[in-house]
Amino acid sequence: MRAQFVLSEIGVGLRRNLTMTIAVVVSVALSLALAGSSLLVRDQVNSMKGYWYDKVEVSIYFCTKADARNSPQCDKGSATDQQVQDIKDQLDKMTSVVQTSTYESSADAYKHWKEMNPDNPLIPVLGPDAMPQSWRVKLNDPTKYDVIQSAFAGKPGVKSVEDQRKILQNLFGLLNGLQTAAFVIMVLMLFVALLLIVNTVRVSAYSRRRETGIMRLVGASNFYVQMPFIAEAAFSALLGAAMASGLLIGGHFFVQNWLADRVQFIHFIGLGSVLAVIPLLIVVGMGMAGIAAFFTLRKYLKV
Amino acid sequence: MIRFDNVSKTYPKQNRPALDNVSLEIEKGEFVFLVGSSGSGKSTFLRLCLREERPSTGAVHVLGKDLGKLSNWKVPHMRRQLGTVFQDFRLLPNKTVAQNVAFALEVIGKPKSAIAKVVPEVLELVGLGGKEDRMPGELSGGEQQRVAIARAFVNRPMLLIADEPTGNLDPQNSVGIMKLLDRINRTGTTVLMATHDQAIVDQMRKRVIELDKGLLVRDQARGVYGYQH
Repeated sequence: MRAQFVLSEIGVGLRRNLTMTIAVVVSVALSLALAGSSLLVRDQVNSMKGYWYDKVEVSIYFCTKADARNSPQCDKGSATDQQVQDIKDQLDKMTSVVQTSTYESSADAYKHWKEMNPDNPLIPVLGPDAMPQSWRVKLNDPTKYDVIQSAFAGKPGVKSVEDQRKILQNLFGLLNGLQTAAFVIMVLMLFVALLLIVNTVRVSAYSRRRETGIMRLVGASNFYVQMPFIAEAAFSALLGAAMASGLLIGGHFFVQNWLADRVQFIHFIGLGSVLAVIPLLIVVGMGMAGIAAFFTLRKYLKV
Repeated sequence: MIRFDNVSKTYPKQNRPALDNVSLEIEKGEFVFLVGSSGSGKSTFLRLCLREERPSTGAVHVLGKDLGKLSNWKVPHMRRQLGTVFQDFRLLPNKTVAQNVAFALEVIGKPKSAIAKVVPEVLELVGLGGKEDRMPGELSGGEQQRVAIARAFVNRPMLLIADEPTGNLDPQNSVGIMKLLDRINRTGTTVLMATHDQAIVDQMRKRVIELDKGLLVRDQARGVYGYQH
């Protein structure tokens, strides 16, 4: 194998076809960057799910005096201590689902509410009585919310069962949407990149038909004839993958330094996850380009 | 060296076969002219010998191999054992004379040291000693064809196939090329040459195979270009 000879052929081929090479590099870079972002968004969603689902609770709110007027299930007025205790007893029996349950009294709820909304004009109007007492239930598996919902909704004294996960689900829905969008655009870009690679190889094969004709004539093996073209395509893809990696790392630092300051409730994935995606991008990019080139050559460089 | 057994070749969408039931044998060391008007099947004959085409029926044996049964990946290896020369020389214009010959060896993976040794030798043999570093564009047609012959012969093939090698040359250069091919033939290499050049065929008095509309119409041991009609 004459490596030097093959390398010089690749260099000549890439320079001769510079504009097409640039087009291939850029489109491969964009499609791989989108593929990478799509993967990273998935990682982000998974890490956020892990982080937040640990913290979310299901709240069982009890009726207050004021609820008697506007909530039909609270027509008996404020929940009794016995009712609150009954719910507690029942929760303690559901050991397979419930991890812990803590009590929040009306007074505590009022205090928390005041801390969260210090400027609310209703503070002097409302007293602790307006805030419902509740059980805060932490689940072994946060997705098993339905079990609590069906067990306690409608019980005497219970006003409502609420799952904090619902708030998060909107956010996850948004992120999943972004991931899908990135994936769809990636597929389109990948298609464009493939067409460009096929065309580049075709033009390249045409502009070197003299050389390849002579190579076939003197009995160069298919590998020797096709190698420069495949290597050219793979090399362009490597440049594209490097560019995509640059974009992802740049994007990571943007998120870390700019977005993370502004959106503090999200725990962002680290540089490690970004770096872990890069080898995948390189392998996928080069493999795709090489295979596309190989199949193009089968059509345009017959034995 | 070359054997055709009842070979026919019909191209798709053509009624008349390009070659029609041709059988012949060319022995080792022979010098054979292949003559016939345009469309007589000469090119198809040569393409079958080079395994650029497969016969529709019949069998083509070249260098002891049945080309119809030769798998694609073995074709390059078979082509290394024969040399080919064409009317249009097929040189690379951006490489020197020596680089053009070396290219044929590089692409079949010959080591650099061997290339450096055999290229000057073969250029000397074809009469281009001292012109190693010239570009093909600076050479006359006859000299360019010598480069092509040097490239075809550098591997010392058993068989040299020439498709109208003098077609683009003036009579004087043609004679020079024929002398060179004759010399190569005397080293034991079989030469098969398709040509339109009546003077050359008449002068050389070698075996002549004539094709007409795909049929083998004449096979003469010491022939001339054509009967006077």
